[in-house]
Amino acid sequence: MQRIGVFICHCGTNIAATVDVERVTEAVKKEPYVVFAQNYQYMCSENGQQLIKTAIRENKLTGVVVCSCSPRMHEATFRKTAEEAGLNPYLVEIANIREQCSWIHKDIEEATEKAIVLARTAIAKLTLNKPLIAGETGVTKRALIIGGGIAGIQAALDIADAGYEVDIVEKRPTIGGRMAQLDKTFPTLDCAACILTPKMVDCAQNEKINMFTYSEIEEVKGFVGNFKVKIRKKARYVDEKKCTGCGVCMANCPSKKGLNEFNMDLNNRPAIYIPFAQAIPNVAVIDPEQCLKLKTGKCGLCQMKCGAGAIDYTQKDEIVEREYGAIVVATGFRPIKLDNFNEYGYADNKDVITSLELERLMNAAGPTKGTLLRPSDLTHPKVITFIQCVGSRDVSGCGKPYCSKICCMYTAKHAMLIREKYPDTEVHVFYIDVRTPGKNYDEFYRRAVEQYNVDYIKGMVGKVYNENGKLMVQGSNLLDNEQITIPSDLVVLATAIEPDPSVRDIATKLTISIDTNNFLTEAHAKLKPVECATAGVFLAGVCQGPKDVPETVSQASAAASKVIGLLAKDKLKGNPCVSHCDENTCIGCSQCEQVCPYGAITYEEKEFRIGGGKTEKRRVACVNPAVCQGCGACTVTCPSGAMDIHGFSFEQINKEIEAICKR
Amino acid sequence: MQEKLESLMQELALKKIASGEVDRVLAWKKGESYFDVSPAIFKESFDGFTYNAFCGANLSKFLVEETKKEGKVLVFLKPCDTYSFNQLLSEHRINREKVYVVGIECQGKLDINKVYAKGIDGILDIEETDSELKIKTIYGDKTVKKDEVFSVKCETCKSKKLVVFDEKIVLNEMKDNKEKRFDIVEKLESMTEEERFAFWQAELSKCIRCNACRNVCPACTCTNCVFDNNKSGIAGKANADSFEEKLYHIIRAFHVAGRCTDCGECSRVCPQGIPLHLINRKIIKDMNTNYGEYQAGETVTPLNPIVDFKKDDVEANTVVGGKK
Repeated sequence: MQRIGVFICHCGTNIAATVDVERVTEAVKKEPYVVFAQNYQYMCSENGQQLIKTAIRENKLTGVVVCSCSPRMHEATFRKTAEEAGLNPYLVEIANIREQCSWIHKDIEEATEKAIVLARTAIAKLTLNKPLIAGETGVTKRALIIGGGIAGIQAALDIADAGYEVDIVEKRPTIGGRMAQLDKTFPTLDCAACILTPKMVDCAQNEKINMFTYSEIEEVKGFVGNFKVKIRKKARYVDEKKCTGCGVCMANCPSKKGLNEFNMDLNNRPAIYIPFAQAIPNVAVIDPEQCLKLKTGKCGLCQMKCGAGAIDYTQKDEIVEREYGAIVVATGFRPIKLDNFNEYGYADNKDVITSLELERLMNAAGPTKGTLLRPSDLTHPKVITFIQCVGSRDVSGCGKPYCSKICCMYTAKHAMLIREKYPDTEVHVFYIDVRTPGKNYDEFYRRAVEQYNVDYIKGMVGKVYNENGKLMVQGSNLLDNEQITIPSDLVVLATAIEPDPSVRDIATKLTISIDTNNFLTEAHAKLKPVECATAGVFLAGVCQGPKDVPETVSQASAAASKVIGLLAKDKLKGNPCVSHCDENTCIGCSQCEQVCPYGAITYEEKEFRIGGGKTEKRRVACVNPAVCQGCGACTVTCPSGAMDIHGFSFEQINKEIEAICKR
Repeated sequence: MQEKLESLMQELALKKIASGEVDRVLAWKKGESYFDVSPAIFKESFDGFTYNAFCGANLSKFLVEETKKEGKVLVFLKPCDTYSFNQLLSEHRINREKVYVVGIECQGKLDINKVYAKGIDGILDIEETDSELKIKTIYGDKTVKKDEVFSVKCETCKSKKLVVFDEKIVLNEMKDNKEKRFDIVEKLESMTEEERFAFWQAELSKCIRCNACRNVCPACTCTNCVFDNNKSGIAGKANADSFEEKLYHIIRAFHVAGRCTDCGECSRVCPQGIPLHLINRKIIKDMNTNYGEYQAGETVTPLNPIVDFKKDDVEANTVVGGKK
């Protein structure tokens, strides 16, 4: 005979203000098998938990229902409580009467009635719960970082510092990411390269860090502690071990029409190239789209000139298989495409540029060697107009609904640097709001306005058009309530940023969730900002949401500390709520194998008795419980109903539905 | 024409058995009258071996059991049956090595009730031309237009391609009729919710839960069907209330979704004349619009749009009339 105890939490007034907890307590007492029911102000508090423990012991409870907040919040807490009182933790069910009830209802009558139904549902399910025991798995003591920008670099250095091996997979030929493209960084105006490149060098020299540049993630299998990852090392056509980075090949390459991605396509580079002087690894790569030898078979100059004999035109993509205990996703961002913003004339005017392009034009290693010259005629621009929020905070559907967060600060930076270096330049900034929260940020912006006399105009720009070689910026000045047109030499668009498009592919491979703007979703906006819903995967940098460098670095270190915490464990407790196969019903059709995102299902030929002393061999599904995450995809795909999940069986779910429908 | 085909088929079957290449033959056997045709195994005697305009039955499902037995079986498959055969191969339900597939010509099969409705009875023989049937009956010769007496599954034939065979016997050109395949589905879609509900209410309330649709369906090969499994929670509920008949057909449609080749056997065998294939065809149409054209059984693949995930698939929450 089962003996069930029901515990109803007030959650302060969170629940008790909308749900009559006394009535719920009385109502559940009438449910079958319920021998004990009690309500309490904070069930999750030490006293509340003690109350549950005492009740379990005194009433010899065989199962516990806690009516409280979402199981994502405190299921683990109450399972632990039950375990401490000697009850199997999987004999605890949570009825969510907060998020799914008190928070969304205003009427006490309705909410109380619903809370009773939810409690009854949990009790009904609990009657079919069975004690479950979690298995244990080992942990591979190595971390994978996807993306070699500042986030990835910082996370890698921190994890390596704790003594664990780290692999960085970077799709470009060098690590460094977007930060390497920047000129100076706000609010202190350090040169980006000066603070980034030492970290890049550290990565290269740290023996715990292994870099796979010009590589991409091909496939991810496994689960927390035991990921199996295939990495595609794209053919560089240059032997990484032999290349010395001398650059002779670049000087001799006759095909010089490739666009220089590092300089935002503002100038050209040879078909064989090293992205920039401080690239790590400092190894050349051949662009197969541009290389004459690879395209036509005629040339081979670089091979002839290479003293190290590093050039190998026959190189092929290579697949490397590695195992990891944890994964950090740090895939970064790109400025959005401006196809939807014809009004700014970006496509038609060479002198309408994005902020990231301006970074390159101001950078000493950029196409103009750091002298600010406008792209069309390489003259000094005398009037520069910045337009903020291009594609950010845009609810029209053309751009992004969110604030890109970094643009106010970098625009102030650009304006200030230009005024500092070229005091004869007139600088205007169109803005909607200037948003500068952050340590020393507002002071920084005020310096631009007060000390450097940057002309900030509150208002939006309607149109940019070319008139006799001048870029006419037509906008409104809201404070003076007038329409203005500023004839400019250079227009800089503070373009919204979006997650690098590769993130969708990565998210699919890692089965992590992604929001409508392609940002990866953290496990909890406030309390689990670097974790993912998928155990063992952590987030760092702009792939999770817009961030500046200081924030990115903090988040990367946070992700690293989570990884270190995970890798420090020798064993991980698994989830016993996994799928299993009824071999008498399974027909071996392979549907479940196709939908399993974790590769947990394989097939075996097994011999079965068929009566009359005979046996037959049948193909049946076998679930690896260590790999299964209990998502349930197989159970709904299986046409014969052979797949079921411990703790969430069809029977239990049917019983819940019956309890809800019962009046 | 049919006779020629039939004798060629029998000739081949006898030859293959004589050479020991196959052990037995799965084909159709004539019963008491011309249209009374059933699937049968022939081994020594070929008495009653037939292939005529009423051989609508899809033989592929029988191979699930047949290939568990010793020896090789020769099977005759019409174009649409070959799709089912491939689908069963995809699901590892048939041992391909134990089957010799002979693809055969099909000019569309007939529904005896539609023939009766034309006032024709006592059929002795049928001679087919492109569009007409010359029916020899005990009351004399009659002529009917072919498309007026087609079995419902042949009215909109999706394909006359033999997608798998070891050998084929095709004497005349075959023509499909797939242009109109989704017309009825579109008609159903254009109804209001109430009209559509009323339509299905009227159709499905005729169901007597004889399970014929399930038993004939080549996609329904579970040994322990959910409707027979007490643990599933949906077994044996046919008579509880009228809603549960609908549930039976809806559950069945979802179970075969992505795997249904649209062979139309469900509607052919339904003794109550319910157009069951329309539920499946609606799902096929939706899959085509949302995930791109797909025909189950065209190739041997374990992936169908329902179990396959592609990054450019429409998001579940944005599937409204197939718009992304």
